[in-house]
Amino acid sequence: MTRISLTVNGKRYERDVAENRTLLRFLREDLGLIGTKEGCGAGECGACTVLFDGLTVNSCMVLAVEADGRAVETIEGEAKDGKLSDLQEAFQKHHAVQCGFCTPGMIMSTRELLHRTPKPTVAEIKEGIEGNFCRCTGYQQIVEAVLDVSGQLEKKGELRHA
Amino acid sequence: MLENQDPATLKYVGKGALRAEGVEKMTGQAVYASDMVMPGMLYAQVKKSPHARAKILGIDVSKAEALPGVRAVLVGSELDYRLGLYVVDKDILAKGEVRHYGEAVAAVAADTLEIAKAAVDLIEVKYEVLPPILNHMDALKKDAPLVHPDLGTYDFVKAAFTPVPGTNIANLTKLRKGDVEKGFAESEWIIEREYTNPSVQHVPMETHVAIVQWKTGDDVTIWTSAQSPFTVRSLFCYAFKLPLNKVRVVIPHVGGGFGGKAGIHIEPLVACLSRKAGGAPVKFQATREEEFSLLPCRSALTYRIKTGVRSDGKIVAQKMSMYWDAGAYADYAVNVTRASGYSGAGPYEIPNAWLDAYTIYTNKPYGTAYRGFGHVEFFWGLERHMELVAQAIGMDSLEFRRKNALRPGSVTLTGEVISENSGNVLKCINEAAASIGYGSLSADEKAREKETGRKIGKGIAALHKAPAMPPFTATAVIIRMNSDGTVLVNLALTEIGQGSVTAYSQIVAERLKFRLDQVKVTVEKDTDRDPYDWQTVASKGIILTGNACILACDDLLKGAYETAGQILRAQSCDLDHDDTRVFVRHHPEQGVTFASIAVGYAYPDGNAIGGPLIGVGRYVAQGLSNLDKETGQGYPALDWTYGAHGIVVEVDPATGEFRILKIASIFDVGKAINPDLVRGQCIGGMVQGLGTAVCEGYIYDQEGHLLNPSFTDNKIPTSKDIPDEIDCAVVETPQLDGPYGARGVGEHPMISVAPALGNAIQHAVGAELLHMPIRAEDVWRAMRNSGPIDNWITKTPSGSCRSDPAARRHDPDHAITP
Ligand code: FES
Ligand code: FES
Repeated sequence: MTRISLTVNGKRYERDVAENRTLLRFLREDLGLIGTKEGCGAGECGACTVLFDGLTVNSCMVLAVEADGRAVETIEGEAKDGKLSDLQEAFQKHHAVQCGFCTPGMIMSTRELLHRTPKPTVAEIKEGIEGNFCRCTGYQQIVEAVLDVSGQLEKKGELRHA
Repeated sequence: MLENQDPATLKYVGKGALRAEGVEKMTGQAVYASDMVMPGMLYAQVKKSPHARAKILGIDVSKAEALPGVRAVLVGSELDYRLGLYVVDKDILAKGEVRHYGEAVAAVAADTLEIAKAAVDLIEVKYEVLPPILNHMDALKKDAPLVHPDLGTYDFVKAAFTPVPGTNIANLTKLRKGDVEKGFAESEWIIEREYTNPSVQHVPMETHVAIVQWKTGDDVTIWTSAQSPFTVRSLFCYAFKLPLNKVRVVIPHVGGGFGGKAGIHIEPLVACLSRKAGGAPVKFQATREEEFSLLPCRSALTYRIKTGVRSDGKIVAQKMSMYWDAGAYADYAVNVTRASGYSGAGPYEIPNAWLDAYTIYTNKPYGTAYRGFGHVEFFWGLERHMELVAQAIGMDSLEFRRKNALRPGSVTLTGEVISENSGNVLKCINEAAASIGYGSLSADEKAREKETGRKIGKGIAALHKAPAMPPFTATAVIIRMNSDGTVLVNLALTEIGQGSVTAYSQIVAERLKFRLDQVKVTVEKDTDRDPYDWQTVASKGIILTGNACILACDDLLKGAYETAGQILRAQSCDLDHDDTRVFVRHHPEQGVTFASIAVGYAYPDGNAIGGPLIGVGRYVAQGLSNLDKETGQGYPALDWTYGAHGIVVEVDPATGEFRILKIASIFDVGKAINPDLVRGQCIGGMVQGLGTAVCEGYIYDQEGHLLNPSFTDNKIPTSKDIPDEIDCAVVETPQLDGPYGARGVGEHPMISVAPALGNAIQHAVGAELLHMPIRAEDVWRAMRNSGPIDNWITKTPSGSCRSDPAARRHDPDHAITP
């Protein structure tokens, strides 16, 4: 066991953790922050994406002890004062969510992308979420949501009535 | 129930309501079974077979049992329960012999996951490895070893299936229409080809997970990621011989299903661990690797089609043989075979048809339902075949499709007559063609070809599918009014991402004339609380549950009018209502609020009438029948949803690499209840179809070990793989017995994506592909094949998404041919 001290969504936590505990399990099981999901546990799917000092990591591939002294942000910190963030509102508006299992990780990746690139191109958006698998949506509506929140969507994606 | 389709008077139906449970999902607050922890919960792990086929000589669990913190260890010989959806052929843990790589042979429940993992490692299993039967075509040979020597003693659903004891055939479905030999005799051309595709994995982002508590007195609670709560309950109770009221199945949010979670899978094993551990709740969640081999996949298929065509391009006869690779257990594969059998000619009229469809046992992970239920697989062959037939007879393939497409008056394979209201496949085909500018290249496209040196091709593929379900499939909906005039809707069709909660909220709000925010459809399913629904499968939810919603609304209003009529001294026929009041139609000022009658109305003196308002809607599929076992004739289809994809592809003729520039997906949905959700299904399904088309598939070595059970070796589409341009459109030919004219479209977007791509590639560079997935190397090889169209590509499997040659050897001479 090692004592670590870190902030998660701006709140300070001090905990004893086993050296082999992943950040993902630490967040989910020790802090009860179940919004971060596990889709593979092997660094391949992005469901466990969180921000680590502002940069995305697959939390299944990071040890909790590595987070000592760091700032971690998870999906639980995205909505503020009981209100969805602009990004979440855009996901809702554009139906960028179906089963929702990839969504927390997807939003964290998109959050980092928008920090880095406030007006990303379609190619940059696709690049930015490439590491986040979504089996349900086919990604298109996620791209549209990000275009919208960055003020670049020309026309809402619509079902055409032939 | 087509009551009204007029967009001018519809308030919610046909409009893009936001996802009802979206906020919960967006904030990470939605709880999935994988997030759940119960007091005193133990963690389970499974010992899996490293062999495809082996005799179990002995299992030593003594070291595992001695490990501190281990609360239960189980082996197959302790258990005497059989499972099976349609053929009861599966033990909870392998007994005597393991039948596939990754099969469960022992299991542990322990205080922590770490202890459970350590304990599983301490279990020692002695095997005698036996030669596996891997290729389903080999499994048909007369001297093939039998995967299930006791097949003749198994229970099975006799109305629908025909296992053949003494063989590896779990089911044989037959279709006979007209006189196929006479048809061939009248044909100008006869073209025969064979098409293949491997097994694939569903890949829900949430792997299968269950928590089960088997309490003293045989009261069992199951929290699970399953799609179909009542199926889990009924099959569980069948296996353990428990009354249905002893078992409760609860399903919270589900992280994707796609058919892989349609039946019952890990729940019985976890239940046995809980019972052995003295009734503590036990949780098991599959790893991603286990998702590929412990849990089921989609069956591989070999589809042979022989088509006779008249000189004018009309198909007169078609002989079809489907060979489905079930893997080790029959599960849904036998029903995939049945459903694909009666749909196997696609949306085309074939006057003389003959079809045999086999479900074949092999020593591989077993197949189950997967979005499309066989249609993704067989439409690969069928729509490639239509393309190749058109080419062989020198006709444009679009013209050929139009000529043979089903239209009012056409008769399907099973003898059903298509009507004006069945949906319009011709219109879907034409719309897809128009959207991609089929038949020629635009000036821009020509310029692009010149600039890049790549070839642009355009392809079309049509599709149809009806729900594969028993003819008596039923469901029910209960609506309860709260004392503030809001309503709660209980139904057991599970929200797995498709948006059912939202769509049903819209239907209920529309029918009740309430505001959308007055309606709550519960997300969590609970067999102790919700009324029966057969299964969350088959794209049947919108019609069956949608209709039950309408009936439940009417029933609720009937009760409200009865109470209101007494208070207002008016007959029901003189009453009307809005979202807050019931009132006298010709004296609208005389009314009572729903809130005042919702749980019974109290007069000022305290006397009361009425009682809590509850509406019940029951709906059962109408007019369907079992199919005749010899001829397949009968009425299997609740509805037919037709569609077509059009693809514009750009191919590098030097390397075979390709890129999809545009896809158009068109479906006749009858009525899009929520266009945004329909678009979500269209795009999501289409991209999943692309995965099947270009990169996914199981690869085995010669011993039957699965070589690629991970996302590194089994790629699925990422955001960078989606087409540059996506056009989703609907045709709306109302379904007369669909709610507001709607029919299902959950599965259809995945069907026929692969052949549309194959056809487009053929138009671009002439590559004649017979196997999917289509990889750049497959295109490259196909382009260089100068010989006649044949199955040459299946003989060159290296580097492609196919099994080892030994596992794929195909020798039709030794197959059981009709
Ligand atoms: S769970 Fe971490 S990348 Fe998949
Ligand atoms: S919404 Fe289901 S995986 Fe993305």
